[in-house]
Amino acid sequence: MIEVVRPGPLATVQDLGRPGHAHLGVPRSGAADERSSRLANRLVGNREDAAVVEFTLGGAALRFHARAWVAVTGGPVPVRVDGRAHGTNAPCFVPAGALVELGTPSSGLRSYLAVRGGLTVDEVLGSRSTDLLSGLGPSPLAAGDRLPVGPSDGLDDITVDVAPACTFPDAPVLRILPGPRDDWFSDDALATLTSTPYEVSADSNRVGVRLQGPPLTRARKGELSSEGMVTGSLQVPPSGLPIIFLADHPTTGGYPVVAVLASADVSIAAQLRPGQQIRFRL
Amino acid sequence: MKVLRAGDTALLVETGDVATAHRLNAALRAAAIPGVVDVVPGEQTVLVVTDPATGPAVDLDRLAARLPGLALPADAEDDTAPVEIPVVYDGEDLDEVAELTGLSRDEVVHRHASASYTVAYLGFSPGFGYLTGLDPALHVARRESPRTAVPAGSVAIAGPYAAVYPSRSPGGWRLLGRSDLPLWDVTRDPPSLLRAGTRVRFVPEESP
Repeated sequence: MIEVVRPGPLATVQDLGRPGHAHLGVPRSGAADERSSRLANRLVGNREDAAVVEFTLGGAALRFHARAWVAVTGGPVPVRVDGRAHGTNAPCFVPAGALVELGTPSSGLRSYLAVRGGLTVDEVLGSRSTDLLSGLGPSPLAAGDRLPVGPSDGLDDITVDVAPACTFPDAPVLRILPGPRDDWFSDDALATLTSTPYEVSADSNRVGVRLQGPPLTRARKGELSSEGMVTGSLQVPPSGLPIIFLADHPTTGGYPVVAVLASADVSIAAQLRPGQQIRFRL
Repeated sequence: MKVLRAGDTALLVETGDVATAHRLNAALRAAAIPGVVDVVPGEQTVLVVTDPATGPAVDLDRLAARLPGLALPADAEDDTAPVEIPVVYDGEDLDEVAELTGLSRDEVVHRHASASYTVAYLGFSPGFGYLTGLDPALHVARRESPRTAVPAGSVAIAGPYAAVYPSRSPGGWRLLGRSDLPLWDVTRDPPSLLRAGTRVRFVPEESP
């Protein structure tokens, strides 16, 4: 069992979410940076869909009441076990009673802690993920919360010493595919989107990354009838400033999507910090 | 039927109307295509989502070519009896709606309760169905400033739609009444009482 001593600015339990319920208005949710969450699980021999903790800007402390193997991935964060420094992207042994502390990531936004056996908080609709849009799943972690850990019988052995670390560039370039509603925008909209940097706004969250920069102009008036939205969509509200949809995005929306991120780049978008500059390319 | 790309893992199919969207939705659910993880009906569209990271890889070009030829059921509307939603009509916005529409309070209630509705699609929050069929005389704009918390069970209208809030959430729709019928329950399978195509009627109840 793991006790939350300090959750940091925002910590939630996440797995790979609730696919298959979008037609009922249930967001997929799950780890915002799915790649890092999967990696953390692999490093401790878990299935990739085991539940982990997603930390936002670190600053957390957990007390382990039983010995465990853990791995921290995502935004590179200083990890201390009873005060002793440990690397990220590597399995790490935690003795019973030890305090695991996460500092502030030097880059990126979200760090993931997997524990061998996985977190076994109650499932809601087949997932343990906290969905901050619809309120499904456990509440964000608070000091004093206790997280049960599953058994490690039958899991793969821990075979990797350290995985190559992801890098989080200061000014990432995200690949986009035009549409499905690029025809709702003026001819120069995609050129504007791909030629000027945008800045990540402070009101970004697990629902979406809000951007500041040159607004995209609409070629059509009127309202789009509501339609299904995918993760990575660049939805453009009347302000003309795109929002990149992340894991907790609404399942349907009535503002046109000018382009969608390459699915491989969604994990990069999930690591963007407020104030950071990004570029898009086709 | 026009098939658009929504990134490298999904297709957005334009059906032109809600009935065809429901028929395509039904056909895709019945087909259970390997690799397709979500089928999401919209007002005039169906979004088909695949997930190569979890399931088998899907060739989107081939899927896009196959969709227009998919045999659609003649009618996907629910042929079972409509879901009857009991309503106590004591909503906070009833007087305002009466004023906006030029109808009496009783007439607003009567028109809301005598129409037959169909769920066009779900969205906004889990189990929240956008119901078509609202009397055109009751089409009113949403509130200028949304409420920060609308109680679960609130029966509301906005624009051409009627709805019941399945859970407590912020909301800008005009509240006509409330219902005790649970629309959303995660311990139930399916958790949502409504799905695209479900027919709905509102039944007035006396205030207890």
